[in-house]
Amino acid sequence: MSGSAWNTWILTLVTFIPLAGAVLLLFLPRRDRDIKWFALFVSLITFALSLHLPTYLHRGQPGFQFEINIPWIPTPNIHYHLGVDGISMWLVVLTTFLTPLCVLISWKSVHERVKEFFILLLILETALLGVFVSLDLFLFYFFWEFTLIPMALIIGMYGHERRVYAAVKFFLFTMIASAFMLASIIFLYAKTGSFDYVTIQNAVRDGASFGITGHALGWLFLGFFVAFAVKVPIFPLHTWLPDAHFEAPTAGSVMLAGVLLKMGTYGLLRFNLGLFPDQSRQNQSWIMVLAIIGIIYGALVAMVQPNLKKLVAYSSVSHLGFVVLGIFSFTQLGVDGAVYQMLNHGVSTGALFMLAGIIYERRHTFDLDEFGGLATPMPIFAAFFLFITLSSLGLPLLNGFVGEFLVLSGAFQAKMIWGILAASGVIWSACYLLWMYQRVFFGKVKHSVNNTLPDLSARERAALWPASIAALVMGVAPVLWLNIIDPAVHSVLAPLAQTTAQVVR
Amino acid sequence: MTPNFHLWLIPLLPLAGAAVNGLLGRNFSKRLVAFFGLFFVAASLAVVWTVAIRFWSLSQAAPHTEVLAPWIMAGGFTAHFAFYLDQLSLIMILVVTNVGFLIHVYSVGYMWEEGGFYRYFSYLNLFMFFMLILVLANNYLLMFIGWEGVGLASYLLIGFFFVRDSAASAGKKAFIVNRIGDFGFLIALFLLIQHFGTLDFDKVFPAIASLPVETAGTGLLTAIGLLLLAGACGKSAQIPLYVWLPDAMEGPTPVSSLIHAATMVTAGVYMVARSNVIFDHAPDALMAVAIVGVITALFAAIIGMAQNDIKKVLAYSTISQLGYMFLACGVGAFSAGIFHLMTHAFFKGLLFLAAGSVIHALGGEQDMRHMGGLRKEIPWTFWTMTAATVAIAGIPFFSGFFSKDEILWKSLSSPYGSRAYWAIGVFTALLTSFYMFRLWFMTFFGEYRGSGSHGYEHAGHTHPTLASAKDVLAEIVVPAEFVSTVMSNIIERGGMVVSFEERGGMTILSASVPAAKMVHYEEWLRDHTKARGTWSERAPDKQGKAEVLVRPLAVEHEHRGHIHESPRVMLVPMVILAILAVIGGYIGVPEALGGHNRFDHFLAPVFRTAAGTLPAGTPGGGEAAAEGTAARLSETMATAVSILMAFLGLFFAWLLYYKKRDLPDRIAASLGWLYNTVRDKFYVDEIYQAVIVTPLVKGSALVLWRGVDVAGIDATANDSADSARSLSDKFRHMQSGNVRSYAAWIAVGAAVAIAYMIWMGVR
Repeated sequence: MSGSAWNTWILTLVTFIPLAGAVLLLFLPRRDRDIKWFALFVSLITFALSLHLPTYLHRGQPGFQFEINIPWIPTPNIHYHLGVDGISMWLVVLTTFLTPLCVLISWKSVHERVKEFFILLLILETALLGVFVSLDLFLFYFFWEFTLIPMALIIGMYGHERRVYAAVKFFLFTMIASAFMLASIIFLYAKTGSFDYVTIQNAVRDGASFGITGHALGWLFLGFFVAFAVKVPIFPLHTWLPDAHFEAPTAGSVMLAGVLLKMGTYGLLRFNLGLFPDQSRQNQSWIMVLAIIGIIYGALVAMVQPNLKKLVAYSSVSHLGFVVLGIFSFTQLGVDGAVYQMLNHGVSTGALFMLAGIIYERRHTFDLDEFGGLATPMPIFAAFFLFITLSSLGLPLLNGFVGEFLVLSGAFQAKMIWGILAASGVIWSACYLLWMYQRVFFGKVKHSVNNTLPDLSARERAALWPASIAALVMGVAPVLWLNIIDPAVHSVLAPLAQTTAQVVR
Repeated sequence: MTPNFHLWLIPLLPLAGAAVNGLLGRNFSKRLVAFFGLFFVAASLAVVWTVAIRFWSLSQAAPHTEVLAPWIMAGGFTAHFAFYLDQLSLIMILVVTNVGFLIHVYSVGYMWEEGGFYRYFSYLNLFMFFMLILVLANNYLLMFIGWEGVGLASYLLIGFFFVRDSAASAGKKAFIVNRIGDFGFLIALFLLIQHFGTLDFDKVFPAIASLPVETAGTGLLTAIGLLLLAGACGKSAQIPLYVWLPDAMEGPTPVSSLIHAATMVTAGVYMVARSNVIFDHAPDALMAVAIVGVITALFAAIIGMAQNDIKKVLAYSTISQLGYMFLACGVGAFSAGIFHLMTHAFFKGLLFLAAGSVIHALGGEQDMRHMGGLRKEIPWTFWTMTAATVAIAGIPFFSGFFSKDEILWKSLSSPYGSRAYWAIGVFTALLTSFYMFRLWFMTFFGEYRGSGSHGYEHAGHTHPTLASAKDVLAEIVVPAEFVSTVMSNIIERGGMVVSFEERGGMTILSASVPAAKMVHYEEWLRDHTKARGTWSERAPDKQGKAEVLVRPLAVEHEHRGHIHESPRVMLVPMVILAILAVIGGYIGVPEALGGHNRFDHFLAPVFRTAAGTLPAGTPGGGEAAAEGTAARLSETMATAVSILMAFLGLFFAWLLYYKKRDLPDRIAASLGWLYNTVRDKFYVDEIYQAVIVTPLVKGSALVLWRGVDVAGIDATANDSADSARSLSDKFRHMQSGNVRSYAAWIAVGAAVAIAYMIWMGVR
């Protein structure tokens, strides 16, 4: 293939190779070992191919790249339209990066229906990638809803005791919310006759000539917002998350926290900000307040969790609060930071869930009271855990700091009090994370069974090293990412800046 | 042409050391660990000295910036990895690397017997990296890396003996309390970014210098100054954020010396001094610095008088001395603050090392009530401790005398000064002298009051599993097939296989195993070899029933009988610091005492704009000379008063703790609750616990989590889900399963959508 052909088809390849792998898995004999290796192979190939994107992306060029736009169904007018910008591209890479790690971490934790598990995991990857690369709203919605099926099945089939409850809850929460988005998309199609993102974006800008009233725009904004807010999740729509995480198997949690939640924040950025700049401005205040509540509330509730996995789950509520805060600051720094924080959270919290899974495999519990003193029998595990904990609490030179700093700085520029309140998050995160770490690792070994826990195996280390290195590199050399994010964010914010200018005038 | 100093080497070398020991040190011998730990710091020290010599030789020692690489670039904001060398940062890197290296050397001796030797040196090198970043940064954000990073190193080292809950909690407390200060620091950075668009010193400070002085008591620079002060209060343990430092004494004593006395805790002083342009333009923020400093100095000195733990006395003393440095900065006498920072690094670093030597000699005893009469047994420790004590107490012509006197004089004479500052400062000097000589008399004079019945408790390893870090020589009998597993496990846990022999299908390993790991060890072996029955003295039988046998042969115990002087590797650093503590003050002899105050002149370019550093006794003609003479006279008077205070403190300490030993108890008894309040540190920790920590934890657990989250939101959601389910149950008779409910919900969604569109269409 020539270079341009690569550029045209790369997104298709990256998106559908996991699905193709899943289909092939169907026909593989049920030899668990082969299945795992094959799944690992497929996910690594996908990751390798996805690196084509940051390598060949033109940084200065605004708009979408690696585009492919083929009419698919004439009525309704659906196109096979894929493309990424400097924001969604990194989310694609994040997804392909985390999937092999999920395969590795599930190597021994999944015992039954192994084949189905890896099929579901690969299908999930395709669905998630589809969400990030779709530029046709129908296609987007299709992938958006499609993620639910493998995810709910992973939780419901491979989860812990109350897995069915959690799976149903997850499904219903996000499904109901998505209905509002579907309504909005159908409405937009009815008015514009297109599902195309760019077309609709232009139509909405020029709302009057398409008969879209300002009032309608307000409702459309909310329709999208609700769907995304549940997914993020924004307080007070977050209660599905601790249950889903708690019950999900490790790989499920990693994908859920690492990528699935980012669908929400990505949606807010792409659709709420991208399509409805005026409405975004009008709704800024209360969304910022909810984000700040999420940051503080999530942290405080995390602090008092007696359960390791729920603690990490609530910490996600807090961390994602930062992302929403950054997005709705409408400042270059804030949105840059928010995008970066999405990636950071994927790496750090993904790794935290892997670590929680590792200890679960040994003790079959997440109860913090069951741990204590684990640094003595498991020093390497303790070291990895500490490193990731530090990245999560935003220690400078690790990834979390860069995102938090930019987000808070942006929020501060938008309105001082927002920045100040949210910045208190740096205190809260230290409280809950260090307390958690102490309860798991420090002190005497309280339960004699913990004395003999084996330290990390080579496979487990292989799963944790990439995440740890990513956390370090993203903290030391964030320019590698920000150089690409910054111009993309700039073009997202351009219409918002225009509206401000208009308001001022 | 600007010279290239390769400043990046200075922090990066210790980082390399941290990485080598941290990643590979598990497999190194202690000698190798010590070698790497010292080598990289020594290399950094060498670079610092060459830089210093080249910098001094420059005719124009202008500030010098070296940009390494961009770090964060977003939306027009850029922060570089860039280093800044001027007189101030030069002094800081000299202090940090020199004192740091000495304490590294000392640590080799002090920590030799401890488990986790490699971990210790890895953390200590990591600390050096962050500390050097902090003082070499050319922008606030890079400084913040160092700022948080030293906090991390401090967290790790305070909690070094993590098996002990109190150590783990102390580390956590230090980090969290520091984060409260960092919260202020961060907001100050946001304000700077918002108004100046950059955090680079060489851009921000000139911009601020051109702004008017904020005399109204409010304004941007006042806010920034106060927020920076909040950060400084955390790192430098000032009221109200000082509470972490006494707890930090849980860490190994060399750590207390390096991090919690000589270097890290002075970072707040450095930061305020570095930001002198901001504070010069915000007199009210400056005043806040002075007030915080002087009150902390007094408050901590009062508490220090009634402590019996030798390290706690020194901890409160450190807080108090840092208060002096804040006072100096707060009256605009930044160079005096930095001068005291330097002399304090010498004498307080030494005090901790000497205290560590005492603790080492007594096998872990820290309570001064159980000491006494040690000057004969440990003469080197005694004499070095004496040098440090006279230095801090302000006895004339030792280092602390010059630097403290300079501060006291500036607190009176500076345009920002006041008699109240001076009076409190002088009174605190009396207390300082008293509590230091109290420590000195209680430790080294009188008769030995130790019970002699203490077990081996090294440097506070009071925890049984670490009670003795000594190795246990054990005989381990294992089935042949497990030999390699067991052996690698022994090595992994810091043990060493001495010999092994085959006997009837079993292998008998002789191994030296860390005693601390003994318990875990037996259980591990049992589980891994599936041995039935409990661990016993049974010999292995031929059937292989008791497959594993660990038989401790000998426990090499440290003898508690005689008190011993520390090894040379510890004494040499102490002697060097003692020399510095004695003579270190001579580079800054104030003019009133006939000196030239070279230190002040050296730093003058950095603090050029600082009003307080305009020396009161500047030689000049006419009126200036007359004023200078008057000032010199009153400076001499003030000096006389502080000398008097030093000797008065010595006298009281001598009276109470040497001459009439029963007097302190009688005084304490007659003071009643007042004494108890001081001894119990004014109950500040208890108050914080009751007012902040407990309500926060309980409130989060009961109100937010159980209340809002579970009983509120989630119950509502589940209720509505239940009603929705019962509703939908009525519609669903034909199907069952997940796919079906998916379809159902698409239908619901579509229905909502249609209804919505109809409604919108109607409007």
